[in-house]
Amino acid sequence: MVVQKGTDRVKRGMAEMQKGGVIMDVVNAEQAKIAEEAGATAVMALERVPSDIRKAGGVARMADPTIVEEVQNAVSIPVMAKARIGHIVEARVLEAMKVDYIDESEVLTPADDVFHIEKKAFTVPFVCGCRDLGEAARRIGEGAAMLRTKGEPGTGNIVEAVRHMRLVNSQVRKVVSMEKDEVMVFAKELGAPYEILLQIKEAGRLPVVNFAAGGVATPADAALMMELGADGVFVGSGIFKSENPAKFARAIVEATTYYQDYERIVELSKGLGTPMKGIDMSNLEPAERMQDRGI
Amino acid sequence: MATRIGVLALQGAVSEHVHALENSGSQVSLVKNIGDLEGLDGLVLPGGESTMMRRMMDRYGLFEAVKQFAAEKPVFGTCAGLILMAKQIEGRKGPHLSILDIDVKRNAFGRQVESFEADLAIKGISEHYTGVFIRAPYIKSAAANVDVLATYEDHIVACRQGRFLCCAFHPELTSDPAMHRYFVQMVNESR
Repeated sequence: MVVQKGTDRVKRGMAEMQKGGVIMDVVNAEQAKIAEEAGATAVMALERVPSDIRKAGGVARMADPTIVEEVQNAVSIPVMAKARIGHIVEARVLEAMKVDYIDESEVLTPADDVFHIEKKAFTVPFVCGCRDLGEAARRIGEGAAMLRTKGEPGTGNIVEAVRHMRLVNSQVRKVVSMEKDEVMVFAKELGAPYEILLQIKEAGRLPVVNFAAGGVATPADAALMMELGADGVFVGSGIFKSENPAKFARAIVEATTYYQDYERIVELSKGLGTPMKGIDMSNLEPAERMQDRGI
Repeated sequence: MATRIGVLALQGAVSEHVHALENSGSQVSLVKNIGDLEGLDGLVLPGGESTMMRRMMDRYGLFEAVKQFAAEKPVFGTCAGLILMAKQIEGRKGPHLSILDIDVKRNAFGRQVESFEADLAIKGISEHYTGVFIRAPYIKSAAANVDVLATYEDHIVACRQGRFLCCAFHPELTSDPAMHRYFVQMVNESR
């Protein structure tokens, strides 16, 4: 009998199983349990949520393995964890810990300001952020099995995630409607691998799922991203920086599933307490913009 | 009239099942609310996260409605769907829908790095079928009247009991239509 592990189908398939779901950032077992109880389809174990990483400053690294293990032991849903962009060894350490997915993430301080990790060399699947189809296709070319918008993490401001989702989707539509002989020049413009663009053209869609991330702060934000074509939603600081995390988490899960049921979203949005305090993009210094990392 | 099959669409690999069922000659619709079950001849419970699906089914009464639906109509569960159907789940206090006489173990092969593809023989369906197992469960034991359709390393990974069909792998992730065709035929025969 032929048995294969770590195939594209198994890696991408794992992300397909997350579709329509919400993946929540958690920093300990207690938060992980709240997330699972609320209906999260996975949790992202990390040392600090993005808004606290912003506040703390300095170099943000992979979480202490103790935290990842604590979360793994607390829940039965998949556990993801973040490695710094280009940090091959952090990724290998997370793989050795058998995390279910690695986020090679711009939320952490990049370890390599030129190259991303060659993700095909791993058995564990990777998710990466993207702002446009060029970034998306390069990450897929490196072996990412799942994408997410970068948005602007830890801001509670949805505007950048919206921009990135719209741009990727409009560029996908453009490739699909192009003549085949036009694709090469578009690949050159985007800095995208030609073969990946051809695959997108033939399939009529990205070959991997694309979630929304970076700024989701309310149930309506989550529903908006689904409306714009996201396959699911990552919520970072939004849940555990809100006044009532358990209620907030439930509401975001439901709003993601029933994103076009507006009467339900009315009910879900009532009495949630204060969401996280947001940051306007114009108040961010260029050096504070996480989305410009790892392009 | 064409067979109408619903796919539980709270979360998971919904569009893949829709596509595969349509290719097998069925009309397909999404089930998110109780009313969506009306007029359906069969139901698919897709792969995804069973804990999430259960919690969402509980919130608006969909759980009881699906259970009632299953009392009369065929149901096909893949991976998480299989867990929802089982009468016993290792390490969990109670089962979910509890409609299929099997005892299952969740994430039975390990975490994602252990996920795999394997060549399977599925009795009466396909001699060579690629089973895509993702954080998959397996069936530890099944009642005597459960028809075991496939095993992998001595673990049951597909079975049928009357109008219920289930598998631990993901037929919706392959282009092989055999499992979906089989279910559509089951539904046709039950009408």
